Amino acid sequence: MVEAAWLIPAFPLAGFLFLMAFGRRLGEPVAGWVATAAVGGSFLSTVTVFLGLLAEEPDDRFFIQTIFTWVPSGSFRVDLGFLVDPLSITMCLFITGVGTLIHLYSVGYMHGDANFSKFFIYLNLFAFSMLMLVLGDNLLITFLGWEGVGACSYLLISFWFTSKENASAGKKAFVTNRVGDFGFMLGTFVVFGAIGSIRYADILTSEFSSGIATAAVLLFLVAATGKSAQIPLFVWLPDAMAGPTPVSALIHAATMVTSGVYLLVRLNPILAQADPWSTAAIAWVGALTALVAALAAVVQTDIKKVLAYSTVSQLGYLFLAIGVGGYVPAIFHMVTHAFFKALLFLGSGSVIHGLHDEQDMRRMGGLTKFMPITAGTFIVGWLAIAGVPPFAGFWSKDEILLYAWNESPVLWAIGLVTAILTAFYMTRQVVLTFFGRTRFFDPHQEEIDAAFSQAIVGAEAGVAEAQEALAKAEQDMAKADDDVAKKQLALASATESLTEAKANVAASSPDADGHAKLVKALDKADKALPKAVSALEKSQAKLAEATQAHAEAIESIDLARDDVRTAAASVASAPRAPQHVTALTPAVDVSDFADQLPDSYAHRQEYHPHESPWTMTAPLVALAGLAAAGGLLNLPFTKDLHFLANWLEPTLFGNEVHVTAGASTKIVLALIATACAIGAIAVSLGVYLKGKADPAAIERPELALAVDYDRALAAVMGGPGNETFERASWFDRTYVDGAVNGVALVTSRLGRYSQSFQTGFVRSYAFGIVAGSAAVVLWFLSRLVLS
Amino acid sequence: MISAVVPAITPLFGAEASEVTEAFGDFPILLALILVPLFTAVVLMLIPAHRVAELRQTALVGSTIAGAMSVYLMIKFDGADGHFQAVSRYTWVADLGLEWHLGVDGISLFLLVLGGLLFPVAILACDPHHDHKPYYIWLMILMAGSTGAFVALDLLLFFLFFEVVLVPMYFLISGWGHGNRIYAATKFFLYTMFGGALMLVGIASLAVLTARSTGEPITFDVEVLAGAEGLSTTAQRLIFLAFAGAFAVKVPLFPLHTWLPDAHTEAPTAGSVILAGVMLKLGTYGFIRFGIYLFPQAASDFAPLFITLGVIGIVYGAVVATMQKDLKRLVAYSSIAHLGFIILGIFSLNSQGLQGGVLQMVNHGISTGALFILVGWIYERRHTREIAALSGLQKPAPIMAAFFTLVMLSSVGLPGLNGFVGEYLILLGGYKAAQWWTVVAVTGVILAALYLLWAYQRVFHGEAEGDNATMPDLKVSEMLAIAPLMVLIVFMGVYPKPVLERIEPSVDVLIEHVALHVDGFVEPEPDAPAEPAGAEQLKAAAALAAEEAEHGGEDDHSDEGDDSEPTNNETGEEG
Amino acid sequence: MEVTQTWYLVLSAVLFTIGTIGLLTRRNPLVMFMCIELMLNAVNISFVSFSKALNDIAGQTAVFFVLVVAAAEVVVGLSIVVALLRRRPTATADDLVQLKG
Repeated sequence: MVEAAWLIPAFPLAGFLFLMAFGRRLGEPVAGWVATAAVGGSFLSTVTVFLGLLAEEPDDRFFIQTIFTWVPSGSFRVDLGFLVDPLSITMCLFITGVGTLIHLYSVGYMHGDANFSKFFIYLNLFAFSMLMLVLGDNLLITFLGWEGVGACSYLLISFWFTSKENASAGKKAFVTNRVGDFGFMLGTFVVFGAIGSIRYADILTSEFSSGIATAAVLLFLVAATGKSAQIPLFVWLPDAMAGPTPVSALIHAATMVTSGVYLLVRLNPILAQADPWSTAAIAWVGALTALVAALAAVVQTDIKKVLAYSTVSQLGYLFLAIGVGGYVPAIFHMVTHAFFKALLFLGSGSVIHGLHDEQDMRRMGGLTKFMPITAGTFIVGWLAIAGVPPFAGFWSKDEILLYAWNESPVLWAIGLVTAILTAFYMTRQVVLTFFGRTRFFDPHQEEIDAAFSQAIVGAEAGVAEAQEALAKAEQDMAKADDDVAKKQLALASATESLTEAKANVAASSPDADGHAKLVKALDKADKALPKAVSALEKSQAKLAEATQAHAEAIESIDLARDDVRTAAASVASAPRAPQHVTALTPAVDVSDFADQLPDSYAHRQEYHPHESPWTMTAPLVALAGLAAAGGLLNLPFTKDLHFLANWLEPTLFGNEVHVTAGASTKIVLALIATACAIGAIAVSLGVYLKGKADPAAIERPELALAVDYDRALAAVMGGPGNETFERASWFDRTYVDGAVNGVALVTSRLGRYSQSFQTGFVRSYAFGIVAGSAAVVLWFLSRLVLS
Repeated sequence: MISAVVPAITPLFGAEASEVTEAFGDFPILLALILVPLFTAVVLMLIPAHRVAELRQTALVGSTIAGAMSVYLMIKFDGADGHFQAVSRYTWVADLGLEWHLGVDGISLFLLVLGGLLFPVAILACDPHHDHKPYYIWLMILMAGSTGAFVALDLLLFFLFFEVVLVPMYFLISGWGHGNRIYAATKFFLYTMFGGALMLVGIASLAVLTARSTGEPITFDVEVLAGAEGLSTTAQRLIFLAFAGAFAVKVPLFPLHTWLPDAHTEAPTAGSVILAGVMLKLGTYGFIRFGIYLFPQAASDFAPLFITLGVIGIVYGAVVATMQKDLKRLVAYSSIAHLGFIILGIFSLNSQGLQGGVLQMVNHGISTGALFILVGWIYERRHTREIAALSGLQKPAPIMAAFFTLVMLSSVGLPGLNGFVGEYLILLGGYKAAQWWTVVAVTGVILAALYLLWAYQRVFHGEAEGDNATMPDLKVSEMLAIAPLMVLIVFMGVYPKPVLERIEPSVDVLIEHVALHVDGFVEPEPDAPAEPAGAEQLKAAAALAAEEAEHGGEDDHSDEGDDSEPTNNETGEEG
Repeated sequence: MEVTQTWYLVLSAVLFTIGTIGLLTRRNPLVMFMCIELMLNAVNISFVSFSKALNDIAGQTAVFFVLVVAAAEVVVGLSIVVALLRRRPTATADDLVQLKG
């Protein structure tokens, strides 16, 4: 039965290849079913192998299956082989188990996506890589899976590639992980340099000097901080939430991010041989990450971002456990965390799905009545992560705290504070999402602003109109002015012609021939004069009118500007949605401007939040069951109930730390933890459900150290980092290439210079030859004479 | 056709084939590999210039025949033998000691196959758009020249081929290139010529000095020269540096690299593919075959220098690539980084490093060749390579995006694809030879992800606007043209064993040669476990730990690890 | 008075000097050519005389080389000169400066 191990990764690989070939043709939903079946088959094979292992004696549960030689090179020889032991099979069980559920969920979630089958191609490839990671019988196969899952993560985060944000997040995840891979590669070199092999069978049974072991531990810690999102490399995980929610659940909560933990547990003999300070470093990295991320989670408003920081925080817990020598608690919490965090992510996905891609918790609330299954299962997940007995999280978290206490009370205290924060922010999330008033229909701030700025737009249009009127008035006035001048000119000329006519009449003798004509002209001029006068008067009146209109236009412009000012003032006084909300936070009153709100608001009013289809809720229910009962895996009461510990024991080679605390200490510690968790839940309920305190006092931006760190890092990369790269590029252009072009330039200059010796006069060349020969002869002669 | 031509031509070289390896019978396959493209070039000259389709088909058939022959050579190649095979040897100019001496070993074998693959692919994938006849003729001459360089075992003959390839490449760049092509072609030609001149001096002085010290007539035969002793250390070093100068320009090593971005960017697509895929390898191949093989002592003396330059190239190439605004230029700078890896591997002078280096030469040819082809197709469609002018291409061209993604991941060195195996072996070898430099080199792996993914994001992700939105996707013919490269990218990542197995014996021969001629040279090998542990050892270790837990429960865990160790091995031997 | 080798050498030197001075002072390309021929033949005389004196045939062999070279030179040179004169009948050697690039 153990021989079926190769089937575990083979199923998803087959699914991947099959969908590559036919996925597009199969389309929705068949492609999704095929992918789900592939992972399901893998789960069944895992179960078979698991049963096969169970049948063996505990210490005989190791099998190595070699498929073919992958990289043979001199003394370096790496097989494509699988190491089947309790640790790897535990990982496989929950990867394929949770994986199958999430595949099923995705069939519903990705409904209607244009690239439906592509999504499942990636998902199957991911499952394959992840299984290679845990099943590999040497570090290089693990690295194959390690990078493979990283690549799939990259592809899936930027799955909706048209958004700039998603694309950046994918790249950030891959590059940040590569920093970790730097540690992984060097770690393998160190190991190979020490024992000449990177096969686990050799590593786990070899002796390392403590220096080598320490170096290896630190390098693999670097690797693990990348993949498992620990300080200082955690920054990619919150951004990775840009990917589709099933991806966040599968890759960025349940499986891939735990691979760093798996690696460190797998290498426990090296950890045991390393200097203690290196394992202490693991514990401190974990503890600090847990704390910092939990603080950041308190102030997040995006439903997935809360879960993202929560994941970082919980992974910190796992590192803490490993650092203090608690490998079983680490694996235990990893498994329970996979259950409840996948549940929470899928639940949030269901919410997002039901609310038309709304992710802001400030616009949720009261969803219990719209999506009861989602709400019910989410609440189970909440209780599990908050550490409320008897849900899964309580048992595993408690174990970790116990081991931390065993090592140092400070680590325990940090763990406890983190647990309190976890209970607090998770309660906050549940309350804001599922309880209180449904704020989904509330107007968004942008919508309110848009409504108010409409007044500004209207007033500004008025100003424009008035300005137009003014321009027209000015034009009219100028025209009238012109007219008056013209008429005045006409009057003058009329007067002149009258005078002239009079003079003409006076000068000519009445008997003369033309006299009659002249008299007639005089008559005409005489008549024209009053006409000109009246025209002038008329145009003067028009001018007065235009001037009046102009003055009015100026006045109306002032008025319109006043309107704009008023409108702007009203926008400033527009109602603002509160930054920090509780379940009771009243909605913004929109009665005054309801008709001005944009269409998006109206659309939302017609939308009904709804429960998700069965493909999505069924996995939720299954995971809720696991999250509730997961504690059964490793109950602390008697040694026989330590199922997981007994199962994993052979793979730990006795490197697990023995807890020295007595039973009473254990019970007190458990009671303190439980009391703290319930207290934190109560406080959070008081703040967010009852409105007993102002959330603004709690959700202070200073808490988000993690976010500040991320921002600072981005600033360094975008600023000085970019600058340095740009400088290198400039250096290349200017100096390195400049030197080459400089040589060319010097050569051509020299050529041009020596051209001037070539006069073209034959006699000057001839003279040169003669003079040269003469010089040679003279030299010989001088030698002759001197000797 | 070939079999008819070759015997007809062989008498021209004056003498009978004096030595031909058994496996290949009497047929001088290496000579044929050089002559087939040349013959094709002659046929092309006879076809009227306006019959474009026929010209193209002829070139394709000719290069494919040569390619098929190289594949046949690979199949017939005796993988267990690290010495030269398919040797053919004719006296050419007896007075000069010049011989027509060809042979292939595991190091050059795959470079031949790579060339045999890339030429047909380049002909299929790229259209010169004008003056087809001279274009294909130059390509065929280029193919003959580069093939010859990889199989020549006579220094003068190698020099001849090494220089001959410059001419067709010069004309390809200056005739069918883009933008500033004359500048780029001239720079390329002069720069590499300059290096070649250095090497010629080296060749002459090596032959003369060796002849003087041995008293034998002058010979340029690589095997004879490599076996000969008697060169003073200074002479060896100086001549090595003369050779290294030529190869360093060709590779190119920092700071002699600036011809490469210009030449790559301005060359036509096929030119870039061949330049990156085949011609750069002349430099790295030269370092192995002539640098290390002829001057083991000098090579190991100067290894730190070249490792340093290689590592600088890795980081520097990657950093500069990140900031490029032209997509093709970015790929060109990425070549500098990749070749830096190969140099690091070669000069680590150990099995993994050298094997990885040779493997990576092939992988780089495949990946970067494919990248250049894809960038060329983008250019054909959009008439720009400016990254800023491209965006969102994944939407109109999903298949191209998928191919690009695969090639990019291969170039980044993702395990399971071809780029990884070579890179990993190089770094492993490098770590054994120069620990701290390798630490620096591994940062190149991070940077590679940075520049390629960033470029991909800017070109393929986001919204497609303007002309980008209507860019046509790959045609079926194009997919078929690039398909062999895609298949190899996956195959060599998953199953590199057949390649590595054939490289290994030759590398071993080379390392033995180095060990023989360099005082105190020991290949740093960790003490590998005498017998690799298996499941049985694990079971024993677990049982032991369980037993100890039962007896001495209070032990500190670190002690346990130490204690269990020696006993582990004992139990292991029992099992 | 016996004609010794010195006579030949003196003759050679005189002819050579005449040729040199002619080459340096004249502008007519044809005359300049004749001067060069004169110089070459002066050298030939000394070659032959040395050959006789040393009883070595190599000197006379060299003369043949010189003659061949001179003939080749005249062929090329004269054709250039003729081409030049055809274009500008009054041309001097200095006018060739126009061929400068």
